Amino acid sequence: MGVKIIELDDRNFDEQIKSSEVPVLVDFWAEWCGPCKMIAPILEEIAQEREGEIAIGKVNVDESLQVARRFEIMSIPTLMLFKEGEPVKRVIGAMPKRALLRELEPALKG
Amino acid sequence: MTERVTVAIVGSGPAGLTAAIYAARAELSPVVIEGEPSSTSDQPGGQLMLTTEIENFPGFVEGIMGPELMGNFRAQAERFGASFRMTKVNRVDLGHRPFALWTADNRGDEPTYLADALIVATGARSLLLGVDGELQLIGHGVSTCATCDGFFFRGQDIAVVGGGDSALEEALFLTKFARSVTIIHRRDQLRASKIMQARAFSNDKVSFLWNRVVSSLKSEGGTLVAIEVTDVVTGERSEIPMGGLFVAIGHAPNTDVFKGQLEMDDSGYIATRPGTTLTSVEGVFAAGDVQDHRYRQAITAAGSGCQAALDLEHFLAAEAHGAGE
Repeated sequence: MGVKIIELDDRNFDEQIKSSEVPVLVDFWAEWCGPCKMIAPILEEIAQEREGEIAIGKVNVDESLQVARRFEIMSIPTLMLFKEGEPVKRVIGAMPKRALLRELEPALKG
Repeated sequence: MTERVTVAIVGSGPAGLTAAIYAARAELSPVVIEGEPSSTSDQPGGQLMLTTEIENFPGFVEGIMGPELMGNFRAQAERFGASFRMTKVNRVDLGHRPFALWTADNRGDEPTYLADALIVATGARSLLLGVDGELQLIGHGVSTCATCDGFFFRGQDIAVVGGGDSALEEALFLTKFARSVTIIHRRDQLRASKIMQARAFSNDKVSFLWNRVVSSLKSEGGTLVAIEVTDVVTGERSEIPMGGLFVAIGHAPNTDVFKGQLEMDDSGYIATRPGTTLTSVEGVFAAGDVQDHRYRQAITAAGSGCQAALDLEHFLAAEAHGAGE
């Protein structure tokens, strides 16, 4: 049941992002972040509803400091959309699903 | 499609959820319109969602994490039959009963809910400084959530603006990561509680800039690098290199949608009849920070949420009794 969320870390990040056939929305999160917990179910819904169109990956910033530093994450949740291995969009902070999709839609289409 | 409900509760912090527990146990099947995900304090679960350890909520000897406490409140309300909708109320008509509520996820003209009685528990949100570039720098050095972002300021010099308990709490939390934490306050003394003041004064990493306000923000490549502070006494300005700025300068009530329909005080807090949760509209009750700028505690909000549910129950019972005569 359910679509798989890609667990990303310092070791597998590049390989996973580059090998994905669809754009990957990466969620930088941590256990201690309240707003991150709120956005997690929304991302699961998006993964289900947009399967084959967009994949969801998660980076735990406590465990994967290098990736978080490389993308200059200064606030979580931060969501980054990668297309063909390249970051194309960054969204900072928790928000409702429709607002998030509105932010992502142009980058997904473009 | 409009849903007809007996009780609608707007807001899901300690006040809204306590009201939901009591109303659900009174078999009123309350619907809680709990708000929308956000990284500000205006979100489901309310202001405690952005805190870490809550040490002063009775019953938790060792303290409890804010989001966990709110998760417990919600689960308890759900257990007794409260239902939840994760959206915001963006329009109300309290001119006649049943009261009409429109929510952000409703694209039609018809109200989302018609409710016999209403509890307003929309709380308060953190204020921002209102200086140029502040919004653009949120997530790039400016933060309103120390618990979300403090981790990323490891080894840096950062500042906290404000002089209340939340400012000191954030400052002390940030000392775990930062090299130094400067508290910038516009007065020469703090309004925070004595215990928090004692903790802040005895922490080696914490220093104070008194009688100063942040007057502008300097950024390079879209990231905060320095702040300009102005001395409110002498008018003198100075620039301080700063990697992070945390804002904790106070709160404003979330009452915009009720403007013109419920009586409010000059600051926009909903007016309630002293000692009760009754508002200027019969059948509408207000609980928690939305009607209280004096105490603003989780426990007082929860207490007034309980009062609101009891006031509401009494109101509906009296009405049913009256109708039966």
